[in-house]
Amino acid sequence: MARFMISRRKFLTSASLGVSGIMLSGCDAFDSQLGVGDGLRSFLEGANGLTWRAQRLLAGDSLAPEFTEADIRQPQRPNGVTAPDDDVYKGLLANNFADWRLEVSGLVEKPLSLTREQLMNMPSRTQITRHDCVEGWSCIAKWTGTPLSLVLDQAVVKPQARYVIFHCLDTIDRSLAGDIKYYGSIDLIDARHPQTILAYGVNGKPLPVENGAPLRVRVERQIGYKMPKYLHRIELVDGFATIGGGKGGYWEDNGYDWYGGI
Amino acid sequence: MESVARSQSTAGVDAAPLKDATLIYRQSRWTRLTHWLWAISLFFMLLSGLQIFNARPQLYIGKESGFAYNNTVFAIGAENTANGPRGYTEIFGKRFDTTGVLGWSGPAGQERSRAFPSWATIPSYYDLGTARVVHFFFAWILTTTLVVWLVASLVNGHLRRDLTPRIDDLRHLPRDIVDHARLKFHHTREYNTLQKMAYGGVMFVLLPLMIITGLAMSPSMNAALPFLNDLLGGRQTARTIHFIVMLLLIVFFIIHMLMIFAAGPINELRSIITGWYRTDPPAHGGKTPEGSA
Repeated sequence: MARFMISRRKFLTSASLGVSGIMLSGCDAFDSQLGVGDGLRSFLEGANGLTWRAQRLLAGDSLAPEFTEADIRQPQRPNGVTAPDDDVYKGLLANNFADWRLEVSGLVEKPLSLTREQLMNMPSRTQITRHDCVEGWSCIAKWTGTPLSLVLDQAVVKPQARYVIFHCLDTIDRSLAGDIKYYGSIDLIDARHPQTILAYGVNGKPLPVENGAPLRVRVERQIGYKMPKYLHRIELVDGFATIGGGKGGYWEDNGYDWYGGI
Repeated sequence: MESVARSQSTAGVDAAPLKDATLIYRQSRWTRLTHWLWAISLFFMLLSGLQIFNARPQLYIGKESGFAYNNTVFAIGAENTANGPRGYTEIFGKRFDTTGVLGWSGPAGQERSRAFPSWATIPSYYDLGTARVVHFFFAWILTTTLVVWLVASLVNGHLRRDLTPRIDDLRHLPRDIVDHARLKFHHTREYNTLQKMAYGGVMFVLLPLMIITGLAMSPSMNAALPFLNDLLGGRQTARTIHFIVMLLLIVFFIIHMLMIFAAGPINELRSIITGWYRTDPPAHGGKTPEGSA
């Protein structure tokens, strides 16, 4: 029996080594199944829709947690593009954004073209919230801006509109077709959420360039990549077909989920 | 070994019923099904989770990540030294050289700066977006499986019969520890004390804590359940706990494998695949086999 045990153990040791070898090379094997558009990848992405519906149901119109002044312990960490190299942007910056306008277009009754002063003269909202980057870090800051819902009301959104597209001034990527400016989108539920603001101030000061001057959006119940900086146009649409790669945003077109609530 | 045992037991017709009485139906189909669903989902969650960690290979304590101050408790990184690039792992400010595995790894001549090495992540190359797709898919499988297991185990008695700790378990604990240390195993219908603690700890502590800390990292869930992060000590603490529970689950997995190999892998594997488990034959000479021995 003892001898038999030893041979059995030897057999099992080599068998388990073999299995772990298959598992290790298996990690490479999954690579070819997980590219955007691959069958397995598309199947797994189905769970994102489930997450979106479940979180919408659970979160309802609840507010993201707000913090106190004591929780602001550092400047807002900038990320992504922090100094746009675009001539248009640099021209606007040189003039302290006096010539900058926020255009509101698409499925609206009254297209708008707002100056910074016009936006700042509208009722404002200030909130101390936590910014969660998709990478995993968090940073707490105080944001001041115009509720997006007020801008949408002024433009009078048409009933068929479903999403708000944010068009930005910064080049995030380059392709054969030319520079790709950052773009992103949210639905009208998040667009009309009371904490969704077009921020022009952070921690009591005007929004600096690295954080998205002159205007960025705050969508407090989602991850950072859903909050574009360097805004210049808001477009109301009923679908993403004509925007970038058709998935609703720059990162979405590069494999990130459109819903960034998790 | 099984074929040997079987042929012996069926050699004498009269002896067969007695011998076969040691073969019992131990694991219900629900236990077996959920076991393998966990095995698969934990495998994918671990490897996609390590990929997600690689996007920000630091852990912090508190509500946020300190950039202008230091609340980092764990970090993996790479640095240039006189001897070329080295990988390091830093725990509470204490730095260890982990070149080749953590921080700096890859095939010879193609080493790169990455926290967890390519062979430990899904996908093997850096891709945070895809890792999130994989991680959240299996998070649903894992959570659903836990709920199914809980309901099935309440209904079929697995929970009450096999996992509920009893006074006897406490009494047997010292001897159980000694037996395990000597790799002396008793094969009975019941789980022994350490098994109950290990399985109960995973089902009722580690997996729920994993799910709760996972949800606590979601901005939308923070709006729905704002008390979660207050309870856990902030989102970044929740992320750190999530990572520690991952390490504890790996420790459980290693011990789980060692115990299976030590206790008889064929019998153990058969019971978690088919449900049938061969118990020790009844002891002779007046020694009473203890139920949870």
